[in-house]
Amino acid sequence: MTTVQATRAPAARPPISPPSLLRASSTIVWRNLLHIRRMPEMLLDVTVQSVMFVLLFAYVFGGAIVVPGADYKEFLLPGIMVQTMVFSSAIVAMGLTSDLQKGIVDRFKSLPIARSAVLVGRSISSLIHSSIGVAVMALTGLLIGWRIRNGVLEGVLAFLLLLLFGFALIWLGIWVGSMMRTVEAVQGFMFTVMFPLTFVANTFAPPESMPSWLRAIAEWNPVSAVTQACRELWGNGPVAPPEAAWPLQNPVLVSIGWSIVLTAIFAPLAVSAFRRRSRD
Amino acid sequence: MNATPAVEAIDLVKHFGETRAVDGVSFVVPQGSVLGLLGPNGAGKTTLVRMLTTLSVPTSGTGRVAGFDVVAQPTEVRRSLGLTGQAATVDEILTGRENLKLIGSLYGLPKKYVREATERLFARFDLTDAADRMAKTYSGGMRRRLDLAVSLLAAPPILFLDEPTTGLDPQSRSGLWAVLRELVSEGTTLVLTTQYLEEADQLADEIVVVDKGRVIAAGTPTQLKDRAGRASVVVTLTHAADVDEAAELMRSCCQEVHVERGSRRLTAQAGGLGDMTRIAAVFETSGIALDDLGLARPSLDDVFLHLTGHRAEDASTPTNEGVVP
Repeated sequence: MTTVQATRAPAARPPISPPSLLRASSTIVWRNLLHIRRMPEMLLDVTVQSVMFVLLFAYVFGGAIVVPGADYKEFLLPGIMVQTMVFSSAIVAMGLTSDLQKGIVDRFKSLPIARSAVLVGRSISSLIHSSIGVAVMALTGLLIGWRIRNGVLEGVLAFLLLLLFGFALIWLGIWVGSMMRTVEAVQGFMFTVMFPLTFVANTFAPPESMPSWLRAIAEWNPVSAVTQACRELWGNGPVAPPEAAWPLQNPVLVSIGWSIVLTAIFAPLAVSAFRRRSRD
Repeated sequence: MNATPAVEAIDLVKHFGETRAVDGVSFVVPQGSVLGLLGPNGAGKTTLVRMLTTLSVPTSGTGRVAGFDVVAQPTEVRRSLGLTGQAATVDEILTGRENLKLIGSLYGLPKKYVREATERLFARFDLTDAADRMAKTYSGGMRRRLDLAVSLLAAPPILFLDEPTTGLDPQSRSGLWAVLRELVSEGTTLVLTTQYLEEADQLADEIVVVDKGRVIAAGTPTQLKDRAGRASVVVTLTHAADVDEAAELMRSCCQEVHVERGSRRLTAQAGGLGDMTRIAAVFETSGIALDDLGLARPSLDDVFLHLTGHRAEDASTPTNEGVVP
């Protein structure tokens, strides 16, 4: 069969060899990271803001919060790192909506690449974004007295759990980002969801002091399981009291479980919302 | 002989819920030609382009680009086309050069080719000095040119342009037209949407007029103008004193002679150039002095008004007062 480009090309056409999903995704990651380099203020949310949170809680509220059997600064750091990972879903949502809004996604879609490359690239760069935040916080923590007190293996496992949980929540971000039309709407929505999600938990204060109904919510909150897992793996705090809900008694397994469940719920929703947005 | 049309739309339909954005549109674009999709805002032009460039899936109907089906063979279609969307879809945070590097890498083009093509395209589009500046510092016209450079990186045989000059100043607009004409002279097929009748008239070989998702007329610019009314010969006299004599002369050879005394102008219906030369000869022998003699064709604006009952550029306020019966 004769085709147009074979017979009637305006100039000699260069060889087009559509890149693999991996190469296309890493190109998009390169582009997203270039954005961060050009606009370092994009990192403010996970750097300056997080450090500020650490210092505020450690020195302003910390004195008033009693954690039985633990130093508050040690108790705080894992919680605030989990919060940073949770916020990566807001970052991914805002980035995606901005690209959709500006027509960049259309541009990518008009190229001979796998459409999922846009999502994969976005997820990876958001995870890198959040990991920078976690690293900054770990350094801040080390300065104010936080330590990883157990072995290297447990220490690394906790960081991997953080990444896994961040990955699960990224699907939530892609879902929201595909549904909403403006970055402002995404920002408003995500922060409305993220704040209760990260505060009604064991992140900043032990749930034991909450009213019983709120305590139940806090203890079943996935954020609490991941926080508890990190605390135990890093040796930063007490194990959950015997009367605490079941997830806090088995935090590592429950964190993995939650990550799988959240991915199973949000990944299909996210992919179909993105597809729907992509069809019109 | 290869007769595969560059682009084919066969009864394309796109519904968004209850809205029929595109309601059965068909056309064929031969290789190397320019099709102008002309219509007001909301006529369905962008949706048509999005379907043909695989960005949007048709509700029904068939689209083919370079002989490939837009639904069944999207990758082949995407390899054959370049797209310049309505909003210049360049990455503002990246420099001009990085924008091309990004797209080159996503096409899987050899690095060396991308580097050379970038220099060539930037020189051609007068962007060389701005190549290493972030695109957000570019003017509107520069962004459009960068967008076009990005679209041309892989030297696509077929280029879709969605309202390429909307929002540009007249100078940038004619600059862009010149670039597009050059591309056509090299053999590129263009499909462009526009609200500007002048733009379609200037560039297109064939115009498809779309309104409310349907094709309401199609043809060459000249054919469309003929549909809105016949041409007329306009004669402007040098001396007002000659008006009566001239009117007499014209009535003897033409129909529907119209006299405007104040401007010393006489108009008569004409079939074409033949009528004009005949009238010129009559005046030559009579010795009446003329300032001007010419053939006036209805503009595409008149055509649009004739076809739709509203002007192309203010679709929001359709009026019936201007309808030509």
